[in-house]
Amino acid sequence: MKYTPSGPGEYAELLQAIGVERFEDLLEGVPEKLRLEGALDLPGGMSEPEVRAVVEKLAARNRNRSQSVCFAGAGAYDHFVPAAIDTIVSRSEFTTAYTPYQSEVSQGTLQVIYEFQSLVAELMGLEVANASLYDGAHAVAEAVLLAHAVRGVDRALVSAGLHPHARRVLDTYAAGLGLEIVTVPLGADGRTDAAALTELLAEPASAVVFAHPTFSGCLEDPARLTGIVHDTGAGKPPLVIGSVYPLSLGLLAPPGEWGADVAVAEGQSLGLPLSFGGPYLGLFACRSEYLRRLPGRLIGRTLDRDGRESFVLTMQTREQHIRRAKATSNICTNQGLCATWGTVYMSLLGPEGLREVAEQCHARAHYLAGLLTAVPGVELTWPDTPFFNEFTLNLPVDPGELLARLDGVGFLGGVDPHRFEPTIPGDLIVAVTEQRTRAEMDAFARAFEEAVTGGFKP
Amino acid sequence: MSDTPQPLTAAERAARNARSPWLTAPEPLAIELSRAGRRGLPLPALDVPEADPVSEGLARSRAPHWPEMSESEVVRHFTRLSTRNHHVDKNLYPLGSCTMKYNPKVNEVMARLPGLVDLHPLQHDTGVQGALALMWELERLLAAISGFAAVSLQPAAGAQGELTGLMTIRACHEAAGEGESRKRVLLPDSAHGTNPASVTLNGWVTEEIASGSDGLIDLEALRDGLGSDVACLMITNPNTLGLFESSIETVCELVHEAGGLVYMDGANLNALMGIVQPGRIGVDVMHFNLHKTFSTPHGGGGPGAGPIGVTERLEPFLPVPRIEREASTEAPDGWAYRTVWDRPQSIGKVQGFFGNFGVLVRAYTYIRALGPEGLADATRGAVINANYLLSRVGDAYHLPHPGPCMHEFVLSGCDQKSACGVNTTDIAKRLLDFGFHAPTVYFPLIVPEALMTEPTETETRETLDEFAEALLQIAREAKEDPDLVHEAPHTTPVRRPDEARAAKHPDLRWRA
Repeated sequence: MKYTPSGPGEYAELLQAIGVERFEDLLEGVPEKLRLEGALDLPGGMSEPEVRAVVEKLAARNRNRSQSVCFAGAGAYDHFVPAAIDTIVSRSEFTTAYTPYQSEVSQGTLQVIYEFQSLVAELMGLEVANASLYDGAHAVAEAVLLAHAVRGVDRALVSAGLHPHARRVLDTYAAGLGLEIVTVPLGADGRTDAAALTELLAEPASAVVFAHPTFSGCLEDPARLTGIVHDTGAGKPPLVIGSVYPLSLGLLAPPGEWGADVAVAEGQSLGLPLSFGGPYLGLFACRSEYLRRLPGRLIGRTLDRDGRESFVLTMQTREQHIRRAKATSNICTNQGLCATWGTVYMSLLGPEGLREVAEQCHARAHYLAGLLTAVPGVELTWPDTPFFNEFTLNLPVDPGELLARLDGVGFLGGVDPHRFEPTIPGDLIVAVTEQRTRAEMDAFARAFEEAVTGGFKP
Repeated sequence: MSDTPQPLTAAERAARNARSPWLTAPEPLAIELSRAGRRGLPLPALDVPEADPVSEGLARSRAPHWPEMSESEVVRHFTRLSTRNHHVDKNLYPLGSCTMKYNPKVNEVMARLPGLVDLHPLQHDTGVQGALALMWELERLLAAISGFAAVSLQPAAGAQGELTGLMTIRACHEAAGEGESRKRVLLPDSAHGTNPASVTLNGWVTEEIASGSDGLIDLEALRDGLGSDVACLMITNPNTLGLFESSIETVCELVHEAGGLVYMDGANLNALMGIVQPGRIGVDVMHFNLHKTFSTPHGGGGPGAGPIGVTERLEPFLPVPRIEREASTEAPDGWAYRTVWDRPQSIGKVQGFFGNFGVLVRAYTYIRALGPEGLADATRGAVINANYLLSRVGDAYHLPHPGPCMHEFVLSGCDQKSACGVNTTDIAKRLLDFGFHAPTVYFPLIVPEALMTEPTETETRETLDEFAEALLQIAREAKEDPDLVHEAPHTTPVRRPDEARAAKHPDLRWRA
């Protein structure tokens, strides 16, 4: 297969027009001895039907959602993806454009991202949002870097309730800058230990990061935590960075309402497919006082020469192509099409739809939790702590074996937290979206009970 | 001259805009289209009991100010917005160093296969053997193209690939006990802006080395810059002038002799496939831009993917998880794939899960379809097209570094500016009137009034000729009717939005 329009005869004509005889004459700058002899050592090319067969065969080796009912979450969720989204994001006008450098011929992308920033800022209850980051984990890292730049202290406190992958990405980013990342432990209720936080705040820090809900599904008391941080001793308090689950904000108070300085989120739940972990969508919003330190692209509304409303990339003096080594981050390309994805989803949903999706997730998860905890030996790890749509169970059996058994009967039964860290409490994290019907949950609970009482001990 | 766009007077333009909804009608914001009570996504009824409401302290007090729209209105709104974009499927998009080539449609179909798009990233390895196999194979395909020993697919974009590559270099120096002493990074003054920004984020400092008058790295300046405190050199090859760094082998030797490593920015790999393998000429680590070289769509600014290739020496430091395989009599292809986390020297993670998997599927499909001949043909076409276009327009504009070029070239509008008062922005805006996107402008920084032009291999001679004619006509217009160019564009939905105003009075969102 090749996608070049010119045939061999045409190349010869072009070479002649250029004034050289052979293609190799154009490579005069490439020393002969550096040139590859012979062809690349790759499998031979294929026609379109052949390559489809190859990829389809790989796809057939996976167990996809239509083959198993998904109760797995832990950072990626099986929410409903309306057909209208793919119709829009498949349009070449969005798919095959690039960063809107020439605003006159990019008003479509620019206005979409302006709307995205508006929707995200409103969702988070904060003043500004950027045009997106790579994913939720990356957004956490960039938020801590922003706080570091603002406060100038090489220390950040991070709740143990943050997603372990986000923590790992943060650690990786922080290592280069020599930032000390200190863990704030969880209390017996699965929430950030307020007393430990207060103690750790005795030393200066740039940021305090916590997740709401936590990785294990527990709802924090975010206003209280924020208050503790902001009331800290002398000098300027650390920035409060809240990592949230976007769809939970149909029910739960957004970071702006609890007084957070920065809000970040994994935006996959906003209409993006699971896609084996990417491409996803990093959401980033903050108070306007940090605008000049914001990472990534920003779109602004302005007027054109004829006084018409129009949109442009703006405040680019923060960015690498202008500021180079002094840029607020190194980002160039972000997740434009994924942001478009989220924008269409949020527009379809509207405020009422957001509330209803959140309520349904919440109600369905509580229904399932009731069924599963009726199984002898199974209990909520934190029975008195509220949760949104994800909860952690203690099991009388080995979670890995339980998941394998459930997999055998068509259920992706949850996530074993120990695959991340052996120290994370509980045995199984179960997530429920608005998509899970009562019939699916009843069938799952039966399979779950059979597998648990089938008797395999850890 | 019949197809020459004729400029309109302001009055004519206003009159036309008033009666021509086709080209220039503005689209309201979604929030302005909102009507109370409309919904675009009805849900099935709740078939379980309602849960107790969350406690008052946790509950949201005010709903977000989001639009209320029906599905049909949402689809129309975004469809109308889409018509205000230029895009590759419509016409040439010659942004230099961005490789805006045609994106084959089969790649889109493959990325949407339920067996690939409906996979949860935390499924057990046994349920995602095909996905792991695809990634394992893609790593080997990229390694075979570039000549590196190992590849990580995790970085989400070129800039993140740069940062990840620099992190592996830092880890390597740290393992050798030189982490504290090597913190200086040399890079040519023609480098992409992401290079120095990534250096800073890695906790290092940048030192620029001036390019020679031939546009290539100056070996003397390099020698002067090297020392026992140098962590690495970052180099782009071909560089941002579209020139192959012909002394690359010597460059790598000098850096290695000084104990440093060589990072190559692979943004311009489209010029090298089947010709040079960076991993075999002394480069230690390079990032790939799958959305450039391997034709995954640019999406209006992402998602991309920025895998890195490294030498054997740097392999232990790659991000986790790695993907490995072992022989299995049960597996359909004889191999069982698994994710491996136990890599004590790894730098850690740079992305939440495995990387931008959907982008990887597209690149895999592209590489498998093209094979070695197709990839070599792509590079051949890219270099020939760039040189052909250069041969058509090189006399009308200043050409700081004469050809032949590789896959792109840089013109300068400095003659037009000094003789006619027409600058590169004017030229770029005038190009829009001809139905083309403009080249990358004012970059690289070492060329004043730069027009960095990369046509790619997927353009026909006819399109290149049309584009060349446009550039030639603009050069004439600059002399004969400079106001026409100054006032450009004349035919776009909006004209020269006021960027200074946007930056001074930030309006970044709608408000209630």
